[in-house]
Amino acid sequence: MSKSPIIEVHNLTVLYGRKPALWNIDFELPEKKVIGIMGPNGSGKSTLLKSIMGVVSPTSGFTKVYDQELDDVRYKVSYVPQRQDIDWDFPASVWEIVAMGRYQKRGLFKKLTSEDKDIITDSLEKVNMLGFAKRQISQLSGGQQQRVFLARAIAQQGDLFLMDEPFAGVDIATEEMIIALLKDMKDAGKTLVIVHHDLHTAQSYFDHLVLLNTRLIASGPTNEVFTDKILTDTYGGRLTTISKISQELENKEFPIRHK
Amino acid sequence: MNDFYIIFTASLVAINCALMGSFLVMRKMVMIGDAISHAVLPGIFIAYYLSGSTASLPILIGAALSGILATLMIEWFTKKARLQSDAAIGISYTLLFAIGIILISKFGANADLDQQCVLYGEIEYVSLWLQPIIGSFSLPKQSITLLIVCIILIGAVVWGYKGLFITTFDPNFALSTGVAVTFWHYFLMSGVSLTTVVSFESVGAILVIAFLSGPPAIAYLLTEDFKKMLVVACAIGIFCSAAGYYIAKWLDVSVAGAISSVIGLVFIIVFVLTSVVKSKADVISA
Repeated sequence: MSKSPIIEVHNLTVLYGRKPALWNIDFELPEKKVIGIMGPNGSGKSTLLKSIMGVVSPTSGFTKVYDQELDDVRYKVSYVPQRQDIDWDFPASVWEIVAMGRYQKRGLFKKLTSEDKDIITDSLEKVNMLGFAKRQISQLSGGQQQRVFLARAIAQQGDLFLMDEPFAGVDIATEEMIIALLKDMKDAGKTLVIVHHDLHTAQSYFDHLVLLNTRLIASGPTNEVFTDKILTDTYGGRLTTISKISQELENKEFPIRHK
Repeated sequence: MNDFYIIFTASLVAINCALMGSFLVMRKMVMIGDAISHAVLPGIFIAYYLSGSTASLPILIGAALSGILATLMIEWFTKKARLQSDAAIGISYTLLFAIGIILISKFGANADLDQQCVLYGEIEYVSLWLQPIIGSFSLPKQSITLLIVCIILIGAVVWGYKGLFITTFDPNFALSTGVAVTFWHYFLMSGVSLTTVVSFESVGAILVIAFLSGPPAIAYLLTEDFKKMLVVACAIGIFCSAAGYYIAKWLDVSVAGAISSVIGLVFIIVFVLTSVVKSKADVISA
């Protein structure tokens, strides 16, 4: 890696109780790439993103962003949590959720300016959700919910985006839209780090891959690390039936709609 | 005037509880309000014992401190002992409440505190302690404390709306943008503590919980906007206070009991009506 890394993770260990979620992880990520974080269920992918974002505090080790402490560069980093993490029956509109992306710049005690409103409008337009601005969030489909989360991250106007399973349980139109959007963002010089579980699309989506299974299995350019041996190490014996499993995963991740 | 005094006092409790309860309901932690409203007992007694009076201020401070102690205990049991939050709540508040009961039964023989009034309040008697305001117009002493707390809470919710909103809706995202999630948690808990402490003296622990959970839950069914939910919850709380009072007067039963029942009934009626409307809407749109 010739250029300075955008994210550094050193000796990172996270324990939940006595069970390790991540064990001694160490890697660096390059700038201006689309980076996939992959591994089987429960391999610590979300925990890794949360540790980088300071949502989970590490048991040992540390992470750096832009070669600095996260607190000094938070304004450059946008985080898209897992869609299932929040209550979509919350009485709030699409607009209010995307407006949260501006709280950081404007502070919690100042009114949003017309500039903020333009940015929110623009962000909604980028994900084709402007027509839904006044809609209550409980009326959205899974794909629309994901677009709202993306719009909120875009409204933060960061340079580095960490996204937790943005493709889980979304419709094909949304998946294609997100992919096109990611490409535009990459062309605009942004760095995208994406937790993903579908091996079939990994090669076409990502420039760089981090393969996890509680420990780090591999981290490097996709064409170097997307090999049978590394995938077997990551997914274990399950690789032989990997297509079956990824099908099953997809079924499992299918959003359960409460009505 | 007696009718007005009681309804006015109950309505203030309703507004205070609705404001705090709306956030608790959306955070799925209403039972923390339950816990605090019981856990304040030892603080109240110790403050009474040390200051030797039932004057409000030391009691308020003592109660607020034990309320905060309860939230700290719950937090500690959940985070450090990795206990489920409902189990942590159950252990913390029954322990504190029991200590309070033991203290009262051992040392409180001549005290003005009794276990009945802790649970059921004494809203029927608010007009016995009146404070003249202007000329012949006076208000019950308890309602004045409640009014001050009400103004503080409205101020706090308006001032801290975005912080409370973002940490309630999506705490992980809030953390990732550098919002002090822990601060807002204790900010809310202090408000809940203050609310339950000043409310339970007049309406008792049971009605405090009914007010904390009922009107916000009803408002949640009726609104799609959190700001409206706050206002509607207050309005429903006031309505239930008035309706409950007149029912209690008519049937000659406990006011706190009647108000709690009205809240429960209104919830069931609204729930059934909104389900009917929703299923009709589904049929039309399908």
